[in-house]
This record gives sequence, structure tokens and C-alpha cells, in this order.
Amino acid sequence: MLQEKGYIGTPRNRVDGRAKVTGEAKYAAEFDAPDLAYGIVVSSAIAKGRIASIDADAALAVPGVLQVFTHENRPRTAWFDINFRDETAPPGSPFRPLYDDKVVYSGQPVALVVAESFEIAAYAASLVRIAYEPETHMTDLDIQRDEAYVPPRKRTGVKRPPSPRGDPDGAFEQAPVKVHGEYRVAIEHHNPMETHASTVVYEEDGTLTIHDKTQGSQNSQSYVSSVFGLSSDQVRVISPFVGGAFGSGLRPQYQLFLAVMAALELKRSVRVVLTRDQMFTFGYRPLTIQTISLGANPDGKLVSIMHDAIQTTSPWEDYQEVVVNWSNLLYHCDNVKLTYRLSQVDTYTPIDMRAPGAALGVTAIETAMDELAYAAGIDPVELRLRNYAEMDEADKKYFTSKELRACYQLGAERFGWARRNPEPRSMREGRELIGWGMASGVWEAIMQRVAARAALTPDDRLEVASATADIGTGTYTILTQIAAETLGLPMESVTTKIGDSSLPKSPVEGGSWTAASAGSAVQKACLSVREQLFKYARRMDDSPLANASIEQVTFAGGRIHMTNDPSAGVTLQQAMQAGGVDRVEAEEKSSMGLLKNMRYSGYSHSAIFAEVRVDEELGVVRVTRIVNAVAAGTILNPKTARSQILGGVVFGIGMALEEESMLDHNLGRFMNHNLAEYHVPVNADVYDIDVIFVSEHEERLNPLGVKGLGEIGVIGTAAAIGNAIYHATGKRIRDYPITIDKLLG
Amino acid sequence: MNRFSYLRATSIDEAMREAAADPTARFIAGGTNLIDLMKYNVERPTRLIDITRLPLNGIEETESGGLRLGALVTNDETAFDSRIQDRYPLLASAIQAGASPQLRNAATTGGNLLQRTRCYYFYDPETPCNKREPGTGCPAAFGRNRIHAILGTSDHCIATHPSDMAVAMAALQAIVHVRGPGGERAIPIADFHRLPGEHPEIDNTMLHGEIITSVELPPDGFSRNYTYLKLRDRLSYAFALVSVAAALRMENGTIAQARLALGGVAHKPWRDPAAEAMLQGQPATEDRFRAVADHILKDARGYQDNAFKIDLARRAIVTALSQAASGTPQSQIDKRIQ
Ligand SMILES: Cc1cc2nc3c(=O)[nH]c(=O)nc-3n(C[C@H](O)[C@H](O)[C@H](O)COP(=O)(O)OP(=O)(O)OC[C@H]3O[C@@H](n4cnc5c(N)ncnc54)[C@H](O)[C@@H]3O)c2cc1C
Ligand code: SF4
Repeated sequence: MLQEKGYIGTPRNRVDGRAKVTGEAKYAAEFDAPDLAYGIVVSSAIAKGRIASIDADAALAVPGVLQVFTHENRPRTAWFDINFRDETAPPGSPFRPLYDDKVVYSGQPVALVVAESFEIAAYAASLVRIAYEPETHMTDLDIQRDEAYVPPRKRTGVKRPPSPRGDPDGAFEQAPVKVHGEYRVAIEHHNPMETHASTVVYEEDGTLTIHDKTQGSQNSQSYVSSVFGLSSDQVRVISPFVGGAFGSGLRPQYQLFLAVMAALELKRSVRVVLTRDQMFTFGYRPLTIQTISLGANPDGKLVSIMHDAIQTTSPWEDYQEVVVNWSNLLYHCDNVKLTYRLSQVDTYTPIDMRAPGAALGVTAIETAMDELAYAAGIDPVELRLRNYAEMDEADKKYFTSKELRACYQLGAERFGWARRNPEPRSMREGRELIGWGMASGVWEAIMQRVAARAALTPDDRLEVASATADIGTGTYTILTQIAAETLGLPMESVTTKIGDSSLPKSPVEGGSWTAASAGSAVQKACLSVREQLFKYARRMDDSPLANASIEQVTFAGGRIHMTNDPSAGVTLQQAMQAGGVDRVEAEEKSSMGLLKNMRYSGYSHSAIFAEVRVDEELGVVRVTRIVNAVAAGTILNPKTARSQILGGVVFGIGMALEEESMLDHNLGRFMNHNLAEYHVPVNADVYDIDVIFVSEHEERLNPLGVKGLGEIGVIGTAAAIGNAIYHATGKRIRDYPITIDKLLG
Repeated sequence: MNRFSYLRATSIDEAMREAAADPTARFIAGGTNLIDLMKYNVERPTRLIDITRLPLNGIEETESGGLRLGALVTNDETAFDSRIQDRYPLLASAIQAGASPQLRNAATTGGNLLQRTRCYYFYDPETPCNKREPGTGCPAAFGRNRIHAILGTSDHCIATHPSDMAVAMAALQAIVHVRGPGGERAIPIADFHRLPGEHPEIDNTMLHGEIITSVELPPDGFSRNYTYLKLRDRLSYAFALVSVAAALRMENGTIAQARLALGGVAHKPWRDPAAEAMLQGQPATEDRFRAVADHILKDARGYQDNAFKIDLARRAIVTALSQAASGTPQSQIDKRIQ
């Protein structure tokens, strides 16, 4: 029993906030090492072909240059694909840096120049001359879409679309109300503030301590060990702070390979940091062309849902994400056809980006649902309620909990939706047309098996540890809250250690599963410590708790006392003395809960309401108001939780209006590879964002009742904005981002 | 980035002498553009001559009743100078529409005029580009060109000049003062930047070794009827897709004099004196504004991604002229179009 409701569910400042704003928190490229050498990556100019020759003489002649690594002189690494496969790798043959003379995408690393200083390395890198024999490349999905295929091998953890049900084509044909359209979202790159970096410290005994920008220290560690044939105790990866990642740190990126390779070969410490333009030379959110057909009765009830998606992947891996399944998860329908295919283009493999799949699929279905609302003449919220999915129809399972109805209701109330005149172009103020739009959001509540350790030492210091990561989401803080509450200690007494491969086992931090999974593990470990302490306490001479059961006591203020008589108790220190120990420690794993038994489906939900103001003449869009009502089970810390949703909404504004990685198909290259020309929202783009956490009782997923919040804020936001733009202007744009040019005329 | 030597010049003569002696030398002022280009290996100067200690500061009155901006005055010093705000609010507004406070605090008058295009290809030495490497071709013309020019382009280059400040200066008919081995020159801003033609590698009419000493603003600042309207891909901190500096002198409801300069559409701030003449002595009506816009854009040419700019520019010109005529200039803080 957790009697003390002190920390969980209360707004708390970040425990690492001070370290971050004072610069005390160190990131991968900030760790120092004696005798550190610096590596600069040379990137390929062509998208496909082979390297005819590399002339590194001029670079090598620069004093201070240690080595120029290329495919010609790189040290041997593992032979099999399996050695290069990381925890999150999709099916296929992972990319191997400097493997051979083949160029398979533009921007591919083709050399690493290592020198005594960063400046020397950068200069020498500019002197490396590479001659290419180009071959014809193809980066245009509009051409390649005809070659789309169903990926033969499924990606682990990514559900395939369910088999079709009913007669979707026939039902669509007959439906009195129809919507059919093609929807696109441009390619996005993650662009976290911190660029990817690895500082590999070559220790005196030849082992490696690696400071890597990663969402999974153990994922990086096992990749390095298996690629370079090292035993796991020869490699330790430390990554206490991550300056954002949004998925880009899920897979070990090529700077890690290159830095380790150079360190092992030169037998000294090496740091490799990617430049901002090199942040456009690995994974991205794939370009996706979606086709949706919705058939409905005049009352808006869906009789057919057909949702097809074609996504880009690389020629060497079948990247996959869940794009189309969401349509039937949100809406009840008996005739459903969901299809998902891939098409290869000569780019790097896409990589999960915040709300992978859902950010795209939900944007499309929620835009189409708005069109259906207009086609049927039904209010968009009402339309969604009429088609509300009471269960996960594809898997025929009930939801662990689902308060989406409350999201619609509370969101609509806060927004003032009832005052909306559905007529497009019906609201204006001066030059501006005003529009109100809404959309739903849905994301899977995933549990992973995570291990955590809790250790109590004299003077009531509690340390909790797990190899999970905090990419800015607030993991440190919520784990500290959970631990402090479970043992009745002040948060200041708790030290949380994460982001270190030597800590108890954890998968990568992603998928919004960390709060639920790592949180449950920490709670369980702390509960074990409680039990041991209680056992010692009962054994004490004249123990006031001798006859109590653990359900009858409370842990608070560093004491264990009878819940009904706080004066009857002992201190934790007395209990430890009684046990004759100076350390009480336990390691536990989060359990997969009832989900494992496959009886329920767990999802978080949201309803997003957006107000836009569009200059009628010039097409300038301002997103002046967003209300996002989220149902995600227990909210551990409303303050950090709200930040997650705010950030997600801003991400959604980017998707709706701005973000687009522009491919030049002639060159097969992303061209706007800098933050001046790849636009993400700035302060001026962000007006009011109102976050509501809808209360949702969740007990099936995990004891904490947590579902996770990292992705849900993004999902649906772009559609709500697009729908608001339609309401304002009468223009339906199915091609995101909705830039100024699409609104002219 | 390549190796270079660095000199902190102590006099204008020294700076000029050092620059003249070395064809790859570059002056460095705020460094906000030059350093970026050096990092990308686009600019590879072997010698940097730091001019920030030269006496080119200050905003002074001229004999003719205008103001003279020292080449090293920062963009924010200019924008927040009370004389500029009172007498040349168009210039203050244009500067505030650009970049970010941090950049404007470092950027200088001279550096801003000489900043280089933001063409994606120009910035990426792994791609061909006539401006960066003459004779290699212009991939932008057949590739990604959302931010490129629609007026005055050539087969060799379709880049734009990215400055906001220069657009206002063009409307104000500023004069750029330079000093070089050949003495001093006063270059009207209209003749300062050039069109790409067959030599897109040459941005302007300055000669090697010349240094900008100041920019002179003529007395008439059009401080009553003006606007700077900038349209871009987000509400702040992005270069102009299209911008319009409009300056009118109104007399009894008619336009006595008009100046109009466009940014984001050409290799230089774009002016069209014939179109301006169409406004002279005319009432401020939308029809007239539309006719002017049509005239300015009659030879405009769109490419794969940027054809929309023709329509956008037309609308922006009409809106900007209306704003100027009615004395309601575009705010650079409130992002609502006035
Ligand atoms: C992310 C970003 C966004 C930006 N957004 C905008 C925007 O929206 N609008 C806008 O207008 N600008 C924008 N800028 C550009 C900015 O205004 C320029 O970088 C700045 O004005 C350059 O001034 P500087 O003093 O730093 O020049 P420097 O970088 O020092 O120099 C630029 C060039 O001018 C030469 N030079 C400098 N001073 C002199 C002189 N006195 N005589 C002769 N030569 C000289 C140098 O040799 C160099 O070639 C942006 C820049 C960045 C990085
Ligand atoms: S537009 Fe000009 S700057 Fe851009 S690629 Fe062409 S030549 Fe180079």
C-alpha cells in the first residue's frame, strides 16, 4: 500500500533542471579525455555509384593529421549482418560505414579524417579529393510508387495491418456519402538541438568508455561490442543527458562506428561530432503517400474504411511503422481494408520520428474525417462520437481504458466549440479569416521489460538506477518521484542514475514506454526494499511493528510507522541496524502486465482543437489557439507532462505548416540541410496552447496506471490545424505542410 | 574550413592595403555570414582582416539633412536609433523583420549589404553552382528553387539577394560610400548590387580591396507613409519569400511620389521606376496598385517551386501600397497583416 500521496501526480520541477541550465550537465561531445583526437566525417557528393579513387595525400600532409580512414584502409569489422543489427533495426542488411567502394545514398560517410585538433581535422577534411563513378539513382516516390511492395519480413514491434474485413469495396461503392483523397506529409528530419556525437575514451587497459548521443546506452554498447568483436566488459556507454533526439538516437548512428573504429586503430581517445548538415544524412520521417476512401450512411456512420499507405525505405532495409491501423482503432466499421507498402528510394533508411506512423496516418484519417463531416453535414465532433470504437476491432479486444469521449467533451468545452458555425469562411476579423478545426489522436500504450535497482544506504540516501534514458522528457524527475514516494523519503534524498550501459538492463527509450516501464521497475525495486526494511523493523527488540503486516504501516519521513498510530514506529536507520546491514538493495523488472496475456489493448487518446487565422489575401497562417485534451492514464508529474504535450503540439505545428526536407531528385540529395532553410516553429509561431489531462482510471497496464506522453501531443495536431484552415478558407489542402503557396488563389 | 591568417586592422588604409595585396583576403565585420560560409568551405579566404576596430561607427547627420550610417554600426543600433525611428522608420522596420535579435546585434551595415545568397546549392560545395564555381552550372534552375528569383534571372543563376535592410535602403535611395586603392566612390544603391547575367560570381560593383565606409540616407525618409511587408515560411526568423518596401509621399489623398522595392525576388533589391511613375499624381486605389504590380511583374518568370512568388508578389505589392497609403505600416511584432 502506498499511503503517502506526496509526489506521484504532483507538479515537480525537473531534478536535473539546475544542472542543465548551469551547464553542469554534460552531453556526449562535452566529455573530455587526455590526448583526445578529433574526427571529421567526409560525406559523399553523389547518391549512387562507386568511389573510383580517394586522394588523401594533401590531407595526410597537414601537420597534426593522424589518419584518413576510408573503405580502403579501414580495420576489419564483423562479417555478418547480424552483428550490425541493433535492437531497433528493421529487417534487412544494416548500413555499414566505410564498408566498400559503393555509394548508396547522398551524404554517405566516405572518409573520416582524424587529427590532433578539431580545426586541423576540419581543414584536412576539406582537402580530401574523391572521384566517383556515378550510377543512376532514384529518389522520387512519385515514380517509385509503382514499385511498391508489402514488406516480406515484419519489423519487430510493428504491427502489420489487419486482414481486410467485410466487403469494403462494395460498401464504398454503395455508400450514399463518400470521401476519397490522396494525402501527403513531407519528409521531416528530427533535428534535435544536439547534433549526434560520440566521444570514445580509450582507457589505459584498452577498454572503451563511450559518451554517445543515444536513446539506449545498452543498444549502443551491444552494437559496438558485436561490430568490433569486443566482449561486453570492454565497452561501457554513458549517456546521462541527451539534447533531444525524437527517435534519431534509437539506432547507433555512423559517428559512433567511426569514432570507435578510429579509437581502436589509433589506440587513443577520439571524438566525432556530426555537423548540422550531416544531421540530414541518416534517418528521417519517410515520405508517405496515403489514399483514403471513406463510405458512410447519411447519418455519418461509416460503412467502409479503406486506407492505403506507401512509404519510402532504403534499398537495404525494410523500415516499417504503423501508419494505417489507426483508422479502425479510432472508428467502428464492419468493412475495412488497411494496406501498407514500401517503395525503395536511394536514401538512407528512415528512422522512427516522434509518433512514427501515427503522426502520418492519423493526420490523413483525421483530415478525411473532417471532409466526411462536411460531406454528411454533421459536426466533426459528433461524427467522431457516432463512429466511436468501443473496442479494438482488428484484434477483437477491449481497451484497458479509453476516455476519448471525455477528451472530446472537455476539449470542446474549453475551446468553445459549441459556438462554431460549421460554414467555411463564416468567421472573419479584418483581413483575417478565422477557422476552427479539430482532430483525434491515438497512440499505443506500450510496456517494455525494464530492470531497475534501488539501494538504500545509511543517512537515508536512496539510489535508483536503470540503463534507460532521459532525452529531455523528464525521466529523471518521475523516477525520483516514484522512488521517494514508495519509500517515504524526500525527493532530495533520492539519486536517480540512468543513461549508462552498466546499469540494470533496459531497452531504448522510445515509443512513450519509458515512464510506464522504467517507472514500474523502479517502483517494484523500491517495494522490495520496503519489504526487506519492514522485515528488519519487525525483528527489532520491542518493535512497535512486531505484530503488524506491511499493509498496516506507512513509510514516511524516513520512518516506518503504524498507519493508525504514527507515534508507533521506527526509523529506516534503526531497521537497517536491526538487520545488521548498511545497505538494502533490490533489483526488479517491470512486468508486462495483462497486456502480455493479450486480453486487452492499451492506447492513449486525445482530442485537439485548433484556431487559425489566415490572411485572406496573402495566405499567412497563424495558429492562435490550441486545446489538447489528453487521456493517458495516471499523470505522474503534471508539470513535465504538460511540457511533453506542449512540445508535441509545437512539433505538430511544424508538420502542419513548415517542416519539409527538400530532395533534389536530379542530385538525389536533401538540399535545405540547415536550420535557416529547414523551418521548425519559432516562438512567433506559437500562441496559446492549453493542455487538459482528462482523468482516466487505468489499472491493467501497470500498477502505476501510466500510459506515456512522449508522442500523443504530436498526433492529430497537424490535422486539427489543416481542418481549421479549411474552415477558415474553404480550401482543403491534403498535402502537408500547408505553406503559403498552397493557400494563394 | 581552411587555414587563414588574421589581422586586426588599426586603420582604414592598412585594411585596404592588406586586402589589395592578397586577392583571397576578406574583411570580417560581424562575421555572421562570412564565418558560416567558411565553415561550409564556400568562402576560403587565406587572410582575414578584422575591421571591427576601425573608426566606422556612429550615425551622423549629413550636411544635406540626411543621416550617415557607419559601416560598422550594428543592425540593432540602427533599428533602435531614435533618429532612424523618427525619420527613417522604413529602415528600422526592415531591419527588425530580419534575422534574430542575436544576429542583429552582431550584423553590421556593411556586412548586411554584402551578405551572400541563401541558395541551397551555393551553400553546399558538393554540388555544382556557377556563383560559387563559375562554369559548373546552376542546379537550382532545374531543382529546388522555392527561395529563388523570379525577376532578372539569367541562364547562369537564379539566386536572390537575401537582405531586408538593403530593400529598405533601395526604396530610400541610399548611397553606399566605399574607399579603395583607387580612392573614394559614392555608389547609388541601385547600382551597388547587380544582376547575375553571365557572371553570377560577382554580386556587386565593388572592386577588390574596397571597403564600405558608410551608407548615406538622403533627407527624405518617407516617415509618414511607408511599410515593410515581409512574407516568409514562418512568422519570424526566416528569409523573405517576397518582401516589399513601400514609401509614399501623399498630398491631399493623392500620391505625390512613390518608391517601391522588392526583396526575395531578384539578385538585387528590385526597383522599377516606370512602375513607380504610374503612381505619381494618382489617387491611392487598389486598381491602380494592381496595375503597378502587374507592370512590375510582367516579365517575371517562375521555376519548378517558386512560380507562386509571382502571384504572392502581386498581392504583396497591393497590400504594401495600401498599408503605406493609409499610414498603417506593418508591425514587425504583431504578426497579423495590418
Ligand atoms: C540564421 C540566419 C538568419 C538570417 N536571417 C536574415 C533575414 O531574415 N534578413 C536579413 O536581411 N538577413 C538575415 N541574416 C543575415 C544577416 O543579416 C547577415 O549575416 C549580416 O547582416 C551580415 O553582417 P556581418 O557584419 O555579420 O557580415 P560579415 O559576415 O562579417 O561579412 C559579410 C561579408 O561582407 C564583407 N564585409 C563586411 N563589412 C565590410 C565592409 N565594411 N567593407 C567591405 N566588405 C565588408 C565581408 O568580407 C564578407 O564578405 C540571417 C543570418 C543568419 C545566420
Ligand atoms: S541559383 Fe545561382 S547560386 Fe544557386 S545554384 Fe544557381 S548559380 Fe548557384
